[in-house]
Amino acid sequence: MADPRITIVGASLAGLRTAEAVLAELPQARIMLVGDEPHAPYNRPPLSKDSMEALAGGQAPRAEVFEKLLLRSKIMPGQIEMRLGVAAAGIESGNVRLEDGALLRSDFVVAATGIRPRRMPMQGAADRRHVLRSFDDAEALAQAMRPGAQMVVIGAGFIGCEIAATARKLGLHVTVVEPAPQPMLRALGHRVAAAMAALHRRHGVTLLTGRSVETFEAERVILDDGKALEADVIVEALGSRPNTEWLAASGADLSDGVLVDDRMQAIGAQNLLAVGDLARFANPLFDDLPRRVEHWCVPGQTAKRAAATIAARVSGGAPAPDFAPMPSFWSDQYGMRVQAFGAPALAETQTVVEGDLTQIGVAPIVVEYARGDHLVGVIGLGAPPALIARYRARLMDALCAPVTA
Amino acid sequence: MKVHVDMSICLLHGQCVIAAPEVFSFDDAGGLVWVTEIDDSQVADAEAASDACPEQAIILG
Repeated sequence: MADPRITIVGASLAGLRTAEAVLAELPQARIMLVGDEPHAPYNRPPLSKDSMEALAGGQAPRAEVFEKLLLRSKIMPGQIEMRLGVAAAGIESGNVRLEDGALLRSDFVVAATGIRPRRMPMQGAADRRHVLRSFDDAEALAQAMRPGAQMVVIGAGFIGCEIAATARKLGLHVTVVEPAPQPMLRALGHRVAAAMAALHRRHGVTLLTGRSVETFEAERVILDDGKALEADVIVEALGSRPNTEWLAASGADLSDGVLVDDRMQAIGAQNLLAVGDLARFANPLFDDLPRRVEHWCVPGQTAKRAAATIAARVSGGAPAPDFAPMPSFWSDQYGMRVQAFGAPALAETQTVVEGDLTQIGVAPIVVEYARGDHLVGVIGLGAPPALIARYRARLMDALCAPVTA
Repeated sequence: MKVHVDMSICLLHGQCVIAAPEVFSFDDAGGLVWVTEIDDSQVADAEAASDACPEQAIILG
């Protein structure tokens, strides 16, 4: 396999970083990067924050906003082939069939198709219902975000909460509806989530927890308790679904994303690898349970790993045996940074080690998360990076220490 | 290789300090400081830091 043909499906952060990493390992590889969006690879986190504000306020033309999102790349023109604006239809004998009929012969296929927003199954209010994943989604939503408008956000996860914060800054009236008792509860745990709820309420958000949406009327959202919310704009922020339909015939385990081993190699499909939001892998820092991880840093980490695996298989060698990336995520709301390291969602207990949760948004807070006696995560709330860095180092030491049962 | 950080877009995520601690660090006031001229042994870490920057604020050249 002197010049392996590598087809990367998905032209976002994970796909681009995989192409770069494969090129670095195998300069002779013939790489095809395919994406269903018409845009060149771009960065998504600002879509719910700075980009949305710029688009809504009309402060900057669309092209200028997009320009800032474009991912810089080490790839020179001509080093890889790109097919943008066309989705993959399926896998045929290990090759990729595109929706325009083309068949891409492939020695390796890397799935980097990511996720899409979940939608509510009910009909109604179609002219004002939005989701946020792509630049085009952000543009459509931003156009509806006029000062004084009534916005209903369904789902108080990170995306829903960030949109709510941006909308408040833009002068909208915002109601957030969330079935769980607190916003971002699974990721942050009860105490920090409660503090975040207080922060949103302090900034004028009407936060209705323990409530769900029953139906949509023409200009209203009806909740399960019968309450009717006037809505000029509705955002469905209900989490995501992995884009794996095109892999149905691949033989891979697609029960939640693509199940991969610690080399990003799909279980059950010889020449398929998965990276980014799609990849469901175990992280030995925590346990042996495979999970999908929708953090910004995962595409870069899994891309390098997948490239090393491909290089090792082409040359007959083996990649380094351990893959144990430190998880990290952040969210910016009301000018306050939530910065997490590790896996706070796995914790049973939370300990405030710096500051005071009643001072959220006012003074720095650091919270450590433990499962049993073991530290598994740390979160800073408006904490200076240098302060969190010290707690990250402490967490790293704890996670890497041999476990004594 | 020269290292430059565009402080007009840096949001102090600190990912570079994690990826390349010999090149990037926080000073006592919590600000980001970095080595502006690195040798070959530090290039791989600096590139990893540049890739890890969510704001793409690190420019190597």
